Amino acid sequence: MACFLVPAAEAVVATIATKAIEKKEAAALTAPASEKSLEMPEKLPFSRKLKWLTNLLWGGSILLAFEHVWHGEVVPWFPFLTAAGDPADAAEMLREMGTVGVSMALLITAVWLVMLGVSKAVEKRPEMPQPDPSVK
Amino acid sequence: MTLLTAIFAAVVCTVIWYKSESARELKVGILCWMFWGASAMWLVDAIFEYAELHAEYFAPAAEDMLNDLFLGLSVVALALVIWIVVLLVKDPKGVVKSALSKRKA
Repeated sequence: MACFLVPAAEAVVATIATKAIEKKEAAALTAPASEKSLEMPEKLPFSRKLKWLTNLLWGGSILLAFEHVWHGEVVPWFPFLTAAGDPADAAEMLREMGTVGVSMALLITAVWLVMLGVSKAVEKRPEMPQPDPSVK
Repeated sequence: MTLLTAIFAAVVCTVIWYKSESARELKVGILCWMFWGASAMWLVDAIFEYAELHAEYFAPAAEDMLNDLFLGLSVVALALVIWIVVLLVKDPKGVVKSALSKRKA
């Protein structure tokens, strides 16, 4: 009915957080050398990793919103959600958002956490030695 | 059927993204994010539907399947349109910019 609204709301929050963290990271990069640690680790900034989450959430929400338009559950006029017009349907819609919608947001977040774990493992992995071009 | 279409699209796009440097330059990653995100969400939808219908979930009516396939293909078309718009706006190879500057000249 409107389950995609929960991951879409998470996408909005994650996008705002990404922008704020990006600003902080940019400020840290322009800080004087004495304030920075001498050893800069070779890893992806957290804002970039947070962007993976926003990409998954926005991408999925947009395509699911289209599905809801397809099924006539979302309309281009007020109140935009057909279920919102009737109190019984609205209650059912809220129940679906609380179960299916929250589960969708949780699954996407869990997938992102797995991605963070994998990227951390990849960053720790020693670089593969490059083959010597002179040796054939 | 919609879930299956999205998963196949996600796998194909990811393989293309992994294999081709030019595909990465053409921002095929956008399609990967969209299809994987939608696949995960439709998977949750499918699990809830399965909990309600049990084995009946795997025996949909032919008409429903056709409608779902049509929806899945429309979703793929929408994602491709979004990707093309982002590609033309971001213009990573400067093709749009050079075409516009040629016209001005």
